[in-house]
Amino acid sequence: MGTMDKPLSTPMDKNKQREVVQALIEFLPKSSVLFELEAVKPYECDALPAYRQLPMVVAIPENEHEVQAILRTCHRLGVIVVARGAGTGLSGGAMPCDQGVLLSLAKMMRIKSIDPHARTATVEPGVRNLAISEAAAVHNLYYAPDPSSQIACSIGGNVAENSGGMHCLKYGLTVHNILKLRAYTQEGELLEIGGEGLDSAGYDLLALMTGSEGLLAVITEVCVKLLPKPQRAQCVLAAFDDVTKAATAVGNIIAAGIIPAGLEMMDQLTTRAVEPFAQAGYPLDAKAILLCESDGAHEEVEDEIKRISAIMHDSGATEVRVSQDEAQRLRFWIGRKSAFPAAGRISADYYCMDGTIPKRALALVLKKIEDLSIEYNLRCMNVFHAGDGNLHPLILYDANEPGELERTEAFGEKILKLCIDVGGTITGEHGVGVEKLDSMCDQFASAELHVFHQIKKAFDPLGRLNPGKAVPSLHRCAEMGRMRVHSGQERFPDIPRF
Amino acid sequence: MLTTVSDFSQFIQQAKAVGHSLCIRGLGSKDFYGNPSQGQDLSTLSYRGIIDYEPTELVITARAGTPMREIESALKEKNQMLGFEAPYFSDQATLGGVIAAGLSGPRRPYAGAVRDLLLGIRMIDGHGSDLNFGGRVIKNVAGFDLSRLMAGSMGTLGLVLEASLKTVPLPAFELSLRQICSLKEAIERTNHWAGQALPLSASAWVANQLHIRLSGAESAVHSAALKLGGETIPFIQAQQLWTSLRDHTHSFFNDSRPLWRLSLRSTAGELNIEGEQLIEWGGAQRWVKTHQSASHLRQLASAHGGHATLFKGKAPPDGVFHPLSPALEKIHRQLKKTFDPAFLFNPGRLYPDSNL
Ligand SMILES: Cc1cc2nc3c(=O)[nH]c(=O)nc-3n(C[C@H](O)[C@H](O)[C@H](O)COP(=O)(O)OP(=O)(O)OC[C@H]3O[C@@H](n4cnc5c(N)ncnc54)[C@H](O)[C@@H]3O)c2cc1C
Repeated sequence: MGTMDKPLSTPMDKNKQREVVQALIEFLPKSSVLFELEAVKPYECDALPAYRQLPMVVAIPENEHEVQAILRTCHRLGVIVVARGAGTGLSGGAMPCDQGVLLSLAKMMRIKSIDPHARTATVEPGVRNLAISEAAAVHNLYYAPDPSSQIACSIGGNVAENSGGMHCLKYGLTVHNILKLRAYTQEGELLEIGGEGLDSAGYDLLALMTGSEGLLAVITEVCVKLLPKPQRAQCVLAAFDDVTKAATAVGNIIAAGIIPAGLEMMDQLTTRAVEPFAQAGYPLDAKAILLCESDGAHEEVEDEIKRISAIMHDSGATEVRVSQDEAQRLRFWIGRKSAFPAAGRISADYYCMDGTIPKRALALVLKKIEDLSIEYNLRCMNVFHAGDGNLHPLILYDANEPGELERTEAFGEKILKLCIDVGGTITGEHGVGVEKLDSMCDQFASAELHVFHQIKKAFDPLGRLNPGKAVPSLHRCAEMGRMRVHSGQERFPDIPRF
Repeated sequence: MLTTVSDFSQFIQQAKAVGHSLCIRGLGSKDFYGNPSQGQDLSTLSYRGIIDYEPTELVITARAGTPMREIESALKEKNQMLGFEAPYFSDQATLGGVIAAGLSGPRRPYAGAVRDLLLGIRMIDGHGSDLNFGGRVIKNVAGFDLSRLMAGSMGTLGLVLEASLKTVPLPAFELSLRQICSLKEAIERTNHWAGQALPLSASAWVANQLHIRLSGAESAVHSAALKLGGETIPFIQAQQLWTSLRDHTHSFFNDSRPLWRLSLRSTAGELNIEGEQLIEWGGAQRWVKTHQSASHLRQLASAHGGHATLFKGKAPPDGVFHPLSPALEKIHRQLKKTFDPAFLFNPGRLYPDSNL
């Protein structure tokens, strides 16, 4: 997190604020322009409340024309703009700028059209992820990427973060499930990116926009792919008396040629924390449990579930349960899905990490996290997308205890460093935002960071769209003593390659 | 001979110093594709080999000059494949060329394109800098996604030296079917089926026959085959069919007329074009042999949410690829300038204007 690096706020320029508000209410209803303290307060942070900043003005457009007019106005007045969807981001990506306009897309929540035959939905950016699947359900279709926050997060935010979910090992991330975007540059120019076919001419700007954390353009419309709902889904719950065995089972399933619809791991601290809450019936004496789901055609699921159960047994599971009906399947999952609230119940505060590692390093990394947990004297729940190696260690702390937040941050940074060292990455799906700027200096060399800055300039030459996020300045890395000059592949020589 | 990353980097720096443009080339299987380009040959063939492949990670990392056959056989040994069914258009192709061309075969709508499976790259830009983007893990959102940007960039942004790609298991079982139907009916059927949970993995309509491939668990494939109906194509014949569609050795492609590729909304109906068509990707990819004008085909493609590429034939003045909107063209120019400020790499190959 790096509390010491929080952007310094300068005293609010009241004249500028008045000028901006005046300019905006020329074309926006007064209720769409907020500036009083109590009105803008709810926008001061996203779901990572350690970073807060009050915006100068909040503007809430209801359609694309208003977005364009706001951007043009801000461009003319030289004002920074930060886009915000539902504010569920976990890396401070939507944290406002004190001298800037916070552009909330939350009111742009129309589902413009669903084409059941072509299996696409065209929606405004503020539409909630789950709302797309709900609207498509009458056609027996759904939108596949399913972040745990799907009841709340917006599709615009999903595109900006390239969000994943429990089912992305099989069905892909946001980048694999969108076709087309409409977006506006900071100058207010329309970009139509992608197309209704499966590819488009020129460079793949659709991929570049996905995961760009609101730094390149403001997304005003997304055309997503819809998939047919699987006929059937079933889940295997397997318990292990040793975390390493569970990690090996994950590899064995993949090696057998199975791509499960979901493959999640929880450690004992997690199952014990969620059980009283979720009543999922998890075996609490197990050191780790795996949830492995199969979905698809009836026959396929039947086959796969048999094979998965056998592999779990062979990998040393102490217990293997197969969901017998939909109610039981959902019960298996409810514990996994309530990991966050459960952390909140057993601890005053928690900090969610998001590194990805090669699966072969799983046992090693879990052991090192355990050691760090002792070193920093902080508990850490491990719950993660085991199939793709995306870890979500939840560090439990109490912000009111002097020094605990700092220790938590140091612990978290060590975990991210560890992820880089074993050949992984500092963020699998939550984004860099402001939170992981320092760790970016560890992961990328200065020449690479320089290219990122140039890419931003290609879209936003004046650097006025969500500045200071996602890519650290070279100056910052140098100050931290973390400038990496050489790019290189051999950053993890102690891990066997084959 | 250039064998190390720094050899390539120095070579590029020298080219920059003397102002020579470079034509990046692997085995030349896609020399025909894109716009003509000029420059000194920069061959990737001396930089080859698999760097890292661990089947349980579902990731393979290899050097750009590695022949695709080498990669595919290493994967096959572990019962895996690259889901996009890379077209070779020749007996041999390299990984670098496959990425730069960004083309995918019959399985594309169901298993993703090159760009979907590309996880990370190591490249040298026009300054000679050695750059790594993305990585060797499936989920990674650190930094802008510049690896996927390389797919389909026709080598105009730099020299890709290494790439990591996501692999998938080989299907346990495959079966192909043939049905007699009109073009219109084929588009209708394939879109209708795609809306149901069926293990489709390819479709092709040509000369009033619709061919469908199913892949997955044997039981599921058989039950889907019963549902779809049609005549079963014998296994060997089916394999030949899909390979001939992938590599354009199918008799449809043996023709002297210009060949266009239209990538469109899959449900777009029958198009008003003279000449024969072959339809793949459940309606989303249409091959057309025609003498009709570029502007006619582009207008049609745009009207159906897509774009048109002259795949084979003499390039029109504005190039074989669909022209960009002014707003996107501006961004393309900036991106090109970022990676290749001296305009060294494959000038004109993507768009005839060599600053693009
Ligand atoms: C309990 C919980 C569980 C979560 N689980 C997951 C999970 O399983 N997987 C996962 O990937 N994430 C998860 N997240 C993180 C978060 O929900 C996702 O990152 C989500 O995509 C953010 O969407 P949002 O609408 O809330 O975006 P915001 O938080 O509002 O914004 C996120 C970023 O996107 C930019 N942005 C937003 N809208 C636009 C737009 N229209 N145009 C341009 N830029 C825009 C913002 O500037 C910011 O940088 C979880 C979060 C919580 C709180």
